[in-house]
Amino acid sequence: MNSKQAGVTMDTFLEGIWRQNPVFVMVLGMCPTLAVTVSAVNALGMGVATTFVLVCSCGLISLMRHQIPKEVRIATYIVIIATFVTLVDYIIQAVSLTLYDALGAFIQLIVVNCIILGRVEAHAAKNPPLPAMVNALGMGIGFTLGLLALGSVREILGVGQLFGYTLFGANFQPWVVMVLPPGGFFVLGAWLLLFAVLTKRKQANAAIAESSVQGGRHGA
Amino acid sequence: MPQLLNLLCKGAVMEHESLGQIFIITLLSSNFVLAMFLGLCPFLGVSGRLDTAVPMGIATSFVMLVASLCSYGLNALLAYAGLEFLRLISYIVVIASTVQLVEMVMKKFSPALFRALGIYLPLITTNCAVLGVALFQTARGYDLGQAVAFSLGGGLGFTLALVLMAGVRERLRLSDIPGVMQGTALSLLLAGVLSLAFMGFAGVGVAR
Repeated sequence: MNSKQAGVTMDTFLEGIWRQNPVFVMVLGMCPTLAVTVSAVNALGMGVATTFVLVCSCGLISLMRHQIPKEVRIATYIVIIATFVTLVDYIIQAVSLTLYDALGAFIQLIVVNCIILGRVEAHAAKNPPLPAMVNALGMGIGFTLGLLALGSVREILGVGQLFGYTLFGANFQPWVVMVLPPGGFFVLGAWLLLFAVLTKRKQANAAIAESSVQGGRHGA
Repeated sequence: MPQLLNLLCKGAVMEHESLGQIFIITLLSSNFVLAMFLGLCPFLGVSGRLDTAVPMGIATSFVMLVASLCSYGLNALLAYAGLEFLRLISYIVVIASTVQLVEMVMKKFSPALFRALGIYLPLITTNCAVLGVALFQTARGYDLGQAVAFSLGGGLGFTLALVLMAGVRERLRLSDIPGVMQGTALSLLLAGVLSLAFMGFAGVGVAR
């Protein structure tokens, strides 16, 4: 239904999840990505909080896009984003104090997450509210999936659990470094490496297919 | 294990930390970049060359010090007026204006450097390390002296990490690396090794 109104296509939504995934493709918003992903639950909480801020601020800024003067736009965006982050901060504190303690100052640090400012500047400031919010939702989901991919690997390897459920027997020796700071760098590095290898293989296959087609033509 | 994690991530918050302890802990064992993951964007973006890494580190340290002082005053003011919910907004406005100031000064006195740093200079505003200093010192209830030690340690720690990383990456440019490894993946794995090395400092400055 959405796809017919105001130029919202499936790609507006899917862009953030796959082609422009903020964590694995654009490598944006790394500070929360690495800092809070010691467990899958933290990763999910952070992802949902960021998605909320992203969707709300993109919607509001898109509504106000003709009123905001160009010279002070960045400052205006930051203040709007900070307002929503303060809101989220108080909401999480009210809903789950455990999560609030686990995420700590990183909830407030959503303000300086490059993904949000980047999305606002690149998309919301130029588009009507509906596509802006759909795009922001896609980006948020892509970010959450990226966080979950990191958080679950680190939790499984580091403590042998997933979402708090023990996965292995008593003989499992936890790989403690994975929940410590270096583990964050290693796991994200390994994910990026995996994607680089896959992309390269895909390009190589495409090149082989291309050359065989051309070779066939020459032969004929 | 959770205690160890707590010690590393939260920087061993203690009742009676001396100024020296705070400085050393923030500089080494809970380094802003390598242990607390603050300020990663410039860390990966500007660490390609040593001659841009050093000024970037100094500029960020200066903004951190000013932001720390201002946020200390602001926090006291907001607490007095009972307006704590405005804390985040006022911090970010102060940081943005300080960055603007640094930008203008740098443009006037060193245009070459201004161009070399490019987009990363205004991006100090959205550097988590700067807002992190302000937020963490508020959360830990540091007084003015402690806040200064904290921000100096944080700024120097950021510069240290940036310079170390730039040194490694300058050497790497001359070496033969497989194509898939190049780029962000390699930088992240390098940062992981550096972070592992900095974990060796865990506990420094904690004992009396």
